[in-house]
Amino acid sequence: MKSARDIARDVRNGTTTAEHELASSLAAIHAKNDELNVFLFVDEEGALDAARRVDARVARGDDVGALAGVPIALKDNLCQVGVPTTAGSRILKGWRPPYNATVIDRLLDAGAVPMGKTNMDEFAMGSSTETSAYGATRNPLDTSRVPGGSSGGSASAVAADMTTISLGSDTGGSIRQPAAFCGLVGVKPTYGLVSRYGLIAFASSLDQIGPFAKNVADAATLLETIAGHDPMDSTSLPEPAPSLVRHVDDGVAGQRVGVVRELFEGADGEVVAEVERATAALRDAGATIVELSLPELHLGLSAYYLIAPAEASSNLARYDGVRYGLRVDADDVAAMNEATRTAGFGAEVKRRIMLGTYALSAGYYDAYYGQALKVRTQLIDVFRRAYQEADLLLGATAPSVAFSIGEKTANPLAMYLSDVFTIPTNLAGDAAVSVPFGVGDTGLPVGVQLLGPGRSEARLLAAARVLEVADGRS
Amino acid sequence: MAKLARLTLSDAELDEFTEQLGQVLEHANDIAALDLEGVVATAHPFGLINVAREDVLRESLSRDEVLAMAPDAQDGRFAVPRIMGEAP
Repeated sequence: MKSARDIARDVRNGTTTAEHELASSLAAIHAKNDELNVFLFVDEEGALDAARRVDARVARGDDVGALAGVPIALKDNLCQVGVPTTAGSRILKGWRPPYNATVIDRLLDAGAVPMGKTNMDEFAMGSSTETSAYGATRNPLDTSRVPGGSSGGSASAVAADMTTISLGSDTGGSIRQPAAFCGLVGVKPTYGLVSRYGLIAFASSLDQIGPFAKNVADAATLLETIAGHDPMDSTSLPEPAPSLVRHVDDGVAGQRVGVVRELFEGADGEVVAEVERATAALRDAGATIVELSLPELHLGLSAYYLIAPAEASSNLARYDGVRYGLRVDADDVAAMNEATRTAGFGAEVKRRIMLGTYALSAGYYDAYYGQALKVRTQLIDVFRRAYQEADLLLGATAPSVAFSIGEKTANPLAMYLSDVFTIPTNLAGDAAVSVPFGVGDTGLPVGVQLLGPGRSEARLLAAARVLEVADGRS
Repeated sequence: MAKLARLTLSDAELDEFTEQLGQVLEHANDIAALDLEGVVATAHPFGLINVAREDVLRESLSRDEVLAMAPDAQDGRFAVPRIMGEAP
C-alpha cells in the first residue's frame, strides 16, 4: 500500500494520475463499505471533478501541492459545499452545506481529492461510533469490535485502505482513541492551530480538527496542509502553519520524556506493557526518562463531562426546526421545536443536552459547571509544572484495545471512562499524538500517547517517528 | 430538565436517563466536593479575545441560498407555526 506522500509524488511526476488513484480508492470503498459502514456518502462526482482538476494542473506544469491526487476521507461534521453533511444525526439528514469548511478549501488547494463523508457518533458524542443515527461502524481489523469514536468512520477508512489519510475531530479523544483502536497515527492539534470554521460544533472550547494516517510523515504532511491562521475562526492562532514534515526525523536525543503514572495506571496489562516498551525505546533513542505523578489528572474526566455537555446544550440549541434540518410540525413554535428535537436527536445526544442543561441551571451552576471550570485551571497549572520537568509526556491513549460492539452501550459512564487518558489534553488546549506501538494479547493494536504543551506538534511527531521505527513499522 | 432542553421523554426514557445521569453526577461529586475557593475559572484554553475586522462589505450567502435550506419559507422569510395565542 502506497503512502499519501508516495501518491502525491507519483501524481506530480506523472507516474500515476489523480484519476487512477481515485479509481483505486473507489474500488476499495465499494468492496468494503457495505460490511464496515464507513462512508455515509461517497461523493463520486465531486471526487472525479477534483481529480480531473489535479490532473489538468499537473499537465499544465503547475505546482499542485503536497497532497496532489491523494484521496481523503472526511468526518461527517465537516461542511463541504453541496455534499450531504449530517454529523451522524437524523436532525441533519439530507442537509447540504452552502459553504466549505476552511480545512476543505486548504485540502483542495493542496491537490487532495475528498472522497466523501464518514460515519461518526452523533454530533461526535461517543467513543465507539455506535451512537450514529446511521448505524455502527465496524473495526476493519476485527469486525466484531468498534473502531473507537467519535471519528470511527475516518479511522476505519484508513485502516481498511479505502484512503491513505482522513480527517477527524477531537473533543475529548475522538481522534486519538480511534487511531489507537485501528492501528493509526492520530493527532489532536493545539487548540487554535487548525481552523474550526465549517466544523459542526460540539464543545467549542475543546473541539479541534486533526489527521489520521498510517505513518507519521503522512500525518505531518496533512496537518501542515490544514494548519495556520484563518480569519474566519476567531479562536484561530495568529501564526502561519508550523513546519512539521521537515522535523519528522529530528529524533528525541536530549529530550526529557515524562512518563506519567496516571496516564496508564488502571489500563489493561497488554496496554501497560506497550507503554513500558515505548519508554525503553525512547530511552534507547537518547531521551532522558523522568517518572512523573500528576494525581490531579483524574479530575479531568468529571470536569470534561460537565463542560462538554454544557457547551453542547448551548451549541445544539440551534437545531430548532426553523432554519435548516428536520422539522416536525406542531400547532405552535414551542411545540414544533420540541417535537423536532425529540424526533431528531438520539439517546446519547439527549443525555448530554440534559446533563449540560442541568450543569448550567440555577442552583447547580456553581457546584458543577463553575467548579469544572476551576478544575480546568488547575489542570492547566499541572501540565505547566510538568512541562518544566519534561519536554513531552508519555502514557497510554486508551485503557484497552478496541472493545466489542455493544459492550458499553448500556452504560454511559463505562463508555466515558474510555476517554480518561485523552481528556486532559483537550481541557488544557494542548497537543497530543497517538501512535501505534505493538499489539495486545489478541493481536489488536495498542496506541501510546505522546503529550506536549501548545505548539509542540513538531516535537511530538518526531518522538512518534522514533516509536514507529522502533516498532518496525517503517 | 427535559422541559428546559425542549425534549419530550417517555416514561421508560425518564427512568433510564435518571439512573444513567445519576451515575455521571455521582462521579462528578469528586470535583463538586473540592475546595477551590480563590481558583480562577477557565472557560477557554487561551482566553478569548475579541477579534475585529475592517468594516467593509464582503460576499456572503444570498438570502435565497439560506432560505433554500429552511424547512419552510415564505415571502423571503423563514416560516414557522404561530407564536402567539389566538386573540380572545
